[in-house]
Formats: sequence, C-alpha cells, structure tokens
Amino acid sequence: MSVILSRPSSRRSVLRGSITGAAVSVGVPFLDRHLNSNGTALAETGQSLPLVFGSWIQELGLNPGTWIPAKVGPGFENNLQLKVFDPIRDRMNIISGTKYFLDGRPLNTHNTTLQIATTGAIYQGNVSGPSLDVIIGDAIGRKTRFRSLEVNFAGRRQSWSQRSGTSKNPAESSPVALYSRIFGPEFRDPNAADFTPDPSIMVHRSVISGITDERQALLKTLGAADRARLEEYFTSIRDIEGQLEIALQKPSPMPSCTAAAQPVEMKPSPLVEDTYKNGLLFAKLLAHAVACDQTRVFNVATGAQGQRRPGSASTWHMHTHEEPVDERLGYQKNVFAFTNDANKLCLEFMQELDKMREGDKSVFDRALTLWQTDHAEARIHTLDLTPIMMFGGAGGRLKTGIHVAAPSDPVTRASLTIMQAYGVPISTWGELSNKTDRPITEIMV
Amino acid sequence: MTCERRITLFKKPRQIHLLGWMAGLIAITPSLALAAEKPRSAETVSPLMLRLTSEQYQAVVADTFGATITLGGRFEPDPRVDGLLGIGASKVSVSTDGLEQYDLMARTIADQVVSKEQRAITVPCKPASETAADDACARQFLESAGQFLYRRPLTDVELTARVATAREVSTKLGSFYDGLSWSLAQILVSPQFLFRTVEFEPDPKRRGQLRMTGYSKASRLSFFLWNAGPDEQLLEAALKGDLHTPRGLARQVDRMMASPRLEQGVRAFFSDMLMFDELPALSKDPIIYPKFSAKVAVDSREQALRTIVDLTLTNGGDYRDLFVTKKTFLTQNLASVYKIPLVNNVPNGSPDTWQAFEFPANDPRGGLLSQISFVSLHSHAGRSSPTLRGKALREVFLCQPVPAPPAAVDFQIVQDTSNPVYKTARDRLNAHAQNPVCAGCHKLTDPMGLALENFDGGGAYRTTENGVKIDTAGELDRIKFEDAEGLGRALHDHPAAASCVVNRMSSYGLGRVTTRQENQWIDALKADFAKQGYKIPALVRRIATSPEFYSYVPAPAAEPVRSTMLNSSSPLTEEVAK
Repeated sequence: MSVILSRPSSRRSVLRGSITGAAVSVGVPFLDRHLNSNGTALAETGQSLPLVFGSWIQELGLNPGTWIPAKVGPGFENNLQLKVFDPIRDRMNIISGTKYFLDGRPLNTHNTTLQIATTGAIYQGNVSGPSLDVIIGDAIGRKTRFRSLEVNFAGRRQSWSQRSGTSKNPAESSPVALYSRIFGPEFRDPNAADFTPDPSIMVHRSVISGITDERQALLKTLGAADRARLEEYFTSIRDIEGQLEIALQKPSPMPSCTAAAQPVEMKPSPLVEDTYKNGLLFAKLLAHAVACDQTRVFNVATGAQGQRRPGSASTWHMHTHEEPVDERLGYQKNVFAFTNDANKLCLEFMQELDKMREGDKSVFDRALTLWQTDHAEARIHTLDLTPIMMFGGAGGRLKTGIHVAAPSDPVTRASLTIMQAYGVPISTWGELSNKTDRPITEIMV
Repeated sequence: MTCERRITLFKKPRQIHLLGWMAGLIAITPSLALAAEKPRSAETVSPLMLRLTSEQYQAVVADTFGATITLGGRFEPDPRVDGLLGIGASKVSVSTDGLEQYDLMARTIADQVVSKEQRAITVPCKPASETAADDACARQFLESAGQFLYRRPLTDVELTARVATAREVSTKLGSFYDGLSWSLAQILVSPQFLFRTVEFEPDPKRRGQLRMTGYSKASRLSFFLWNAGPDEQLLEAALKGDLHTPRGLARQVDRMMASPRLEQGVRAFFSDMLMFDELPALSKDPIIYPKFSAKVAVDSREQALRTIVDLTLTNGGDYRDLFVTKKTFLTQNLASVYKIPLVNNVPNGSPDTWQAFEFPANDPRGGLLSQISFVSLHSHAGRSSPTLRGKALREVFLCQPVPAPPAAVDFQIVQDTSNPVYKTARDRLNAHAQNPVCAGCHKLTDPMGLALENFDGGGAYRTTENGVKIDTAGELDRIKFEDAEGLGRALHDHPAAASCVVNRMSSYGLGRVTTRQENQWIDALKADFAKQGYKIPALVRRIATSPEFYSYVPAPAAEPVRSTMLNSSSPLTEEVAK
C-alpha cells in the first residue's frame, strides 16, 4: 500500500515512499444520518458525542443591583446587566450570593480571588494546585490533539489555566497563531473519507518517547522542588506523546466539523472594539476546534482590566474606581457600558458554539462554559455577592434555566458541581473556608 | 554565532572522560554532607534547576549553530518572581503548550542545521553514505554540538542514546541527515538542554563537604557574565578542574570580562532589574500621546541600556550616577518625544541611527528616572501615575516592596481627572490620602512620584495639568527636593540604592533570593562595592570570583510566602490610586 501524505513538508518529502506497509486507508464518509435522532450520539455505535468544558474569566464583576434576577429557581427573568443573555436564558444558570474567603491571608486585588475561583485555594508563594480546567481535562480531554486551548483576547499570553504554580498554560494571543496550531498541516479532518497515518509522526513519537528513558537518572540528581518541576516536564512530554498517538489513529467522525477559515492577523490592542473583534475571531476558531474534537477544554481570559476606548485616558479598570455612581441610574454608567460589551461578546461566543449543529442539538449543548469574575463590585474590590454563570448543560448532565441563590456560600460550590458532572471522582473542593462538599443540587440532574 | 564557536565544531571531539560523571553527582542533605559522603536523600537540596530564558535559549542556539538559524516558535512567558525573571526561571517547569512550542522549535532548528546549505559548516564529518546510518559521523556531530547545548559533555548513556536515535531514524527513513536532524531535535527538547541544572559532588579537598561541579560553575559563570552558555575555553577549564582553584577561576573571569560579550550580560541584568521585558508590549493611547509608538517604546529601552553600558562599562563610572547623568543616546524617534531638534550626524548609509547626546545642565531631564523607559512604563495608557512611578522607584531601585491596596477602598476622588476642584494629580492624591487606610502606603510612593509629574504618561515634558502649574516638590525618606533632578540626586545618595543593586545582581546570578546564611557575603559585597567607587564591573567580578557564588546552600524548611507585587506571572496587576 502506498503512503499518501496530505500536506507534505520537507521532512515528509523525504519520508514519502520510504516507509511502506504502515498506511491504513479507511473510507468513512460522514453524514448526519449517522447521528441518533436527538443528535447526542453516533447512531452506528451509540457512542456519545464528547463533553466539552470551557472556562471564561471576565474580570471587574458586574454592576451591583443590576444583575441578580428577582426570582430564584427556574423561569427567572434576566436583570438589566444580563438582559443581553436573553436569547440563551433557558440554556444558562446564574449563581448569586457566593463569596471568596481570605482566611486572614492578604488580598492581592484581582488576583487572589481568581486563584480561588480557578484552583479553590490561595496560592502559597509559587506553590499552588491544578486549575479546574486541567482536572476536568484529565477526565475528558485525553483523547484529543490538544488537552486544552487557552486564549487571551487582549493580546497577552497569560491565562488562569495551570497544572501547578510552576506549570502554567500560556494563552494564545494571536488568532492566526491559534489557527496554525489547530488547522495547520497537522490537522486531520475527522470526516475525511480516507485516513493514512503520517509516517513522520511515527518517527516523531519515537523520538519524543526516547527522552523519557533518561527520566530516572535525571530525577536522582535533583532536590524535591526540582524533582516536582521535572515531573511536570515529563507530564508534558507524555501529553505530546499522547497527541502524536492520537494523530496516528483514525479520528471518530464529527457531525459539524469543518476547518475554520484562516483569520486575518490583528495587532494586539487594548481598545474595546479591537478586543471584541479579536474575541470573535477566537470564538470562531474555538467553535470549529471543538466541533472537530481537536480539544474538549478551552479557557478564555478576556483581559478586561486594560481595555479602554479610543482617546480615553482611563481603562475599564480605572473607570471602576474613578467613575461616580450615577445617582439617577444607581450604577456607574461607563463601567456598565464596558461590562455590557463584554457580555455581548460572551453571548456571541456561545452562539458560535451553537452554530455547530449536531442533529437537533449543537456543540453548545454538549458543552458547559463556566463564567467567573474577580470582584463582584470592582469599584471597591468586594469579596461577596460574587456572580457566577454557566452556559450550556454539559450534554444534559446539568439542568439549565435556573437561578440559584447561595448566600455566603463559597464560590467553589460551582466548580465542585461541574467536576462531579464531568465524572471527576471528587467529593470536596477548595481549602479552608473555600472548601466545600456541597454541590449545587438545584441544577443537578 | 561567533566564528570561533563554529570552527570548534570541525575539531575532533576532545577526549573527555565521561565515566562516572553522572555517578559522581549527588544531592546530599547538609547534615549528611557533613557526616558522610554516602548520599542518602535529596529532600533538602535547594532548587537548582533553572529554565533557560528565551534570550538564553536563543544565545545558546546562535553560539552553537550560527545567528542565522531561525527558531520558528514562541516561548512561554518567563515569570517574574521576587523582582527578577532570573529568579522566576527557578520556579517554572514546562507546560504542555510550552513543550509543544519547544518541540516545534527543536525540529525547525534541527532541519536548518543539517540542511544542504548548512551542513558543510555545521556537521564536522561526511557520512559514508547519505542514505544510511553512520554511527561514527553521528557521534562526532552529536558529541561536538551536544557539549555546547548541554553546557557539558554528554554522558556515555546520553551520547549512546542520541546516536541510537540517529541510527534508527536514518535506517528507517533511508537518510543519514534525517536521522541526525531528529537526534538533534531530541537534544533540543530534552530537559538537559531546556534547564540549567546545578550539580554538586563531594569535595576531595574537604572531607564530607560538597562543591559545585566544574561544568556547573562554568554555566553559572557564563550565564551571569554573558547571559549565554560556556564557550569552549570555559568548558576546557571546567574539564581540567581550573574553576576549582581561585587562580583558575579568576583567570576565566578576567578573560570573560575582557570580552565584548560582557556587555550582553550587563544588558541582560539591567533589562531584568528594570523590567524592560514589558516595554515591547507597552501601549499608549495615540490620541493622547500621538508621538508615542511601539518603535519609541523599543528605542526607549535601548536608550536606557546604552546609557547604562556607556556609564558603567565604557567609562567605568559610578553606578549611582545613572540617576543624575545628563549623557545619553537618542534616535530621531526619541528626540521627537523629548522635543529635541536632533541633527542627524551619523554617516550616510550607517545602519546605526543612535547618536550620543548630552542634555544641557539646566534641562529638567537627567538620569534614568526622567527617561521615557521609566516614566512611560510606570504610567497608564492615557495618563501619568505618581503612585505607580513611586512604587516602581521603591521596588526596582531600592528593593523596598510596597503593599497592595486593601479591599473595600473607594478611589473615586483620586482618579477623576475632570474633577473641578482637584485638577492636578497632587490635588487628587492629597484628597485620597485623607483616608487613613490609604495614607500609609501612599506616603511611601507619592512624594517621589510627584517629582516626575513634569513628564506625562508618554514621556513628554509638560509644565501644567488641566491649566494648573504642576508642583514637583517632593521627598524621599526625609530628603526634600523641588523637582526630578532633585529626586535623582536623592536617589543617588540613598544608601539603599547601592545596596539594592548588589542584592539584585547576586540574586540574578544565583537564580534565587539569598538566604540568611549568605548575609555576611552580601554585606561584604556591599562594602566592597562602596570601597571601589560603586563600579559595576568591580561588583560583577567580586561576585563571580566569590566562593559563595558557587557554594552549596540548603533549602529552607518550607517554601516562603513572598510578595508577588513584582510578579508579572499574574494576569492582573492592580493599578492603585494615581
């Protein structure tokens, strides 16, 4: 059998024809008729379409008095600041009243709270545990090319995703770079009629695997802290090995998968309008990536704090502190506008996921995106009445369309609920006062 | 890439005795080290593994294979810990995303190194057949290049494994150079390349004691002095044991300090200390600061570094004069912001558009604090910030951390620039400081930050704000002054300024904060620094030749909780009251 290489590179040009007997050609055209009637599984195999988890970090909270729905439970009406989400109101949840606990530790404003939101605890210097998305990724994301994908709308490389305090996952700040990673030469269309393993990937996997042979010898020479960091390196090596292994296998067909269009490069900019455009480019790319099962976990950092409008001396963050509360409206007018723009972008992001139709369902339905923020009222860095939102129901594993009031409960209840819904074997989450063993039963199926 | 280094690749690999190299390396608890030579546990050895910074990675690759090699990937952000990226390097591993990029770069570099165009220069031998494996030639290449990439000779186990990779891939693909490329890529993605690991061995001259291995000393020295890996002469000195004698060590230090590459090392240190890694991404509102551009930001970094190199290295000046010097270097872009009619006097066609410039004695500009790199980096996108500038001055130049603002504080008065009553930053900050919760910290930062208010957020000079004359009077630890020049003089004379650069430089070289056990050494460094006229080269040499710079220091019992105020690894940094 001859080797067919879809996108030969110089290395592959050498390989072409030089390895025989390894190719597999499988004809599996994908049609919607392969889905079951409700679009939740492949009809032929009964295999469920994969769950997807997303984390959305949008700093600077929501304007007090403008977002908590009047009604608790199902059938709530969105309050002023969240009206923008009305098109998906029945497919989202709102958790109100939760709180970040410092337990006497100093507050590094805008940071300490998000440490709790993502890892359940306040970092001890450089020592901290895995973030929620990494734990869920270990449960659902091992069979995809990318364990997770991180993006930052504001042109920065920082994300809140980390395996530990010494192994943080950098965000993609450029849509073009993200496109190249996902849909560049390594991309294999899961719905392609033929599949032929790329021989260069076999070599690549073998070379990467060879590095692990020296692991034990290297570990012997190090102290405890360094050993832990070296183990994290080898975890990353194993992840790369896993990615290459996956690339050698015929991928499962994905009903709504098509390669995304290549985006036009945008210069990183703190302007709200540019961040918005950047966000939409990332939204399309991630929607296609998830639809094609290239990843099952994504992390969004909106980079809200540094955003500003052209000609304005103040950023969004500065507005939260400096702008007077409008006595007539009862909230900060400019801050409200910034937040509204960010919420609109969030909605459009979710709608991109929803455009990926799978029978009568969509990628949005088999996903859940957890929206978290740093301070409910950024103006004075509050720690209580923290808003949390969930978009999508994780393939029916959680109910939606519910407003849950959880006064003074730790924010970690939301994370614990989601981890349990995704099958993570965990009964408690968080540390000290942020620790909880109480999932939000109101939304559990 | 130096010609010298490339030539070494053609030499017959030196006969380096590898047997027992790894076996002799140990990690011993301090008590055990004193008691016996037999290693028992590594639990208390301090962190000694540092990830190469992006600059160091590029330097090692360029030195080994040539500066024309392109990387083809992106680096994970280097985290800033305890004020330095150089310390952050000892606190990070490699994430999956990061490794994906290292892997991509490794393959890109390896492809170029063995390409038809490069192999005549980079590969010191020719295989018997280009379509088959050739262990001898592969070994020669991998041994030669590997010693620079690993900053030490490859062990027998490592070399055998790399040659085996080359053989297997060459045989499988029917191409010797493909095998070589994949084997080189394996080296470039391995932890021995990506991390600088400091190793200790029993000291034969002091029973029960440990000493840093010669190759680890060579690495520590070269990354400190050149921000690059050891060259062949340094590796040779390590092999011969020269670095274990004060004379041999001093000989290498003097040789390296006489090299033009010392400038690269000094630039790297000050770039790190002054947080210049943030300048390329600095953005200002073009409507408010139309002259500020990405090019100005990059040029401002170069201006400061040229000023530093010229004063401290070229002219052997007093470090403290950096806060008052009128001498600097400018481009047309910078001159435009400084409002200086710079006449272009560089030779026609010269690629270097930099010109030496001296501000007049009565000009308000003088010293690093008045340069664009400082005043624009520590400002907002559309306004200046006395608080951010004062905070940076304390933390960067005096090593004095400033606490973060407390929760539940209303900043409204401070930041409302349209307030009809509080028209200047001084007015607004004074009003804000009426809140006793805020006053404590603002006393630490604002009195000196206000002295720089003549420089707006884009670095340009101004005399009024909202139509009101700016008052630049200020105070630094009970020393009063009237303007930026006075602030520069106060900083020049502040004992913590000289002390801080000693602390920062020693921590930068070690890759960690110094411990109490090292206080005596640090005090001696400070005394010598003062005695020798605050000369940076003298300080560099003193550190590099100190036995303490290479000594074994056990880790503290528990990881200390440190301030993260200068830790840029956090996505957000609070912009406190302005």
